[in-house]
Amino acid sequence: MTAIERYAAPQNLDEALGILQQGEVTILAGGTDLMPQTKAGRIAFKPTLMNIGRIAGLKGVTLDGEHLRIGALTTISELLRDPLVAQHAAVLAEACDHFASDQIRNAGTLGGNINNASPAGDTLVPLIVLDAEVELASKPNGSVATRRMPLAEFFTGPGRTKRAANELLTAVRIPLPKPGHVARFYKFGTRPALDISTISIGIAGIKRDGALTDTRVAFGAVAPTPVRAPRTEAALEGRRLDAAAIEAAADAARDEVNPIDDVRASAWYRKELIHNMTRRMLDHVAHA
Amino acid sequence: MLLTHDIEFTLNGVTKKLTIDVTMNALDMLRDVVGLTGTKYGCGEGECGACTIRVDGETRNSCLMFAVDFDGRDIVTIEGLAADPKADALRESFVEHGAVQCGFCTPGMVMQASHILDTHPDADAETIKRGLEGNLCRCTGYKKIVDAVESACCGGR
Repeated sequence: MTAIERYAAPQNLDEALGILQQGEVTILAGGTDLMPQTKAGRIAFKPTLMNIGRIAGLKGVTLDGEHLRIGALTTISELLRDPLVAQHAAVLAEACDHFASDQIRNAGTLGGNINNASPAGDTLVPLIVLDAEVELASKPNGSVATRRMPLAEFFTGPGRTKRAANELLTAVRIPLPKPGHVARFYKFGTRPALDISTISIGIAGIKRDGALTDTRVAFGAVAPTPVRAPRTEAALEGRRLDAAAIEAAADAARDEVNPIDDVRASAWYRKELIHNMTRRMLDHVAHA
Repeated sequence: MLLTHDIEFTLNGVTKKLTIDVTMNALDMLRDVVGLTGTKYGCGEGECGACTIRVDGETRNSCLMFAVDFDGRDIVTIEGLAADPKADALRESFVEHGAVQCGFCTPGMVMQASHILDTHPDADAETIKRGLEGNLCRCTGYKKIVDAVESACCGGR
């Protein structure tokens, strides 16, 4: 049963962190996950409902030294048309293009997609292979404290993260790509729009002399959280991307993932998809 | 006890002040509190687009939006679009192409189509299909709808 005692729509970060510090807060941003989840009873409202949508400082994409900084309230539509994202994180824009529908992209925020912590969240796999970090702010002793964490370490289970109850995810930081950086994203679904991934794959690295270094491989919808694939990465790291290396990496990928059967696909089918599509993506990287 | 909150927003060009339950969705508020029933309830989870409205110019699924979030915003529903002469071409085009059968998806389709035409004045059929991908129609098979939007675009080609 809903027992909301307070509704707040803070205008700035300081005010929002003060409200979080008082405890027991449900955070509302775009609402596209919170509305259906609360309606279906999968999430219960906490005593305070805080709408962070009016905090102008949490919106927008900027360059911050050697990083691209994306405010948590930036919508998926805004990411899709942002010139800095197109230039420095094109693979993220590509994932946004496969994200739900125009109406949902206009409402849904990057911070919301991350905090919803779905193993199939569309932006998560590309962000992980881009070495993205999340920025978490809190106000424990009257002044604002900020910490950062690699996104790959942020998720602890479906719908669960390491964000503390008094923290707000304020931004995502992505290191600017080095020369030779390549990144690819693939999402498998049964229709282009409004589909939840059966599996998704992200691959990135520095390509030089036909080989990848700083290799990053991540998979969505094959585990309770989006995951990095260390054995697949190791199979690729520094090796020339010839047919044997690609086959070895695709085999490692299939052996490494441990998906479940559900309405979207069987575990067996997911493993085959991971194998075949990893191979196809690596073929494309090799010939790029 | 349900917690209520006072909100003030612009609805189809007119200022509106309401006191509403903070967990109410915007679609229920439009239909049951305001009494504007042009915006339709299809699926209630953002899959079908029948409840599409404009919020500060962008289209949103009103079923996924908290009504309290209307506060301070500019809202346009199908009733507002119907009164807008700029939408005449689009409306006439839907009629001319027979892009309406049962009509249930039509308000959402027209709202989303108006957004496509505003953001892509030179939209081709592919852009229109991508733009309408969040709107389901179970009657027409979409061709007539896409034709109608394409024909309304640039006054027809």
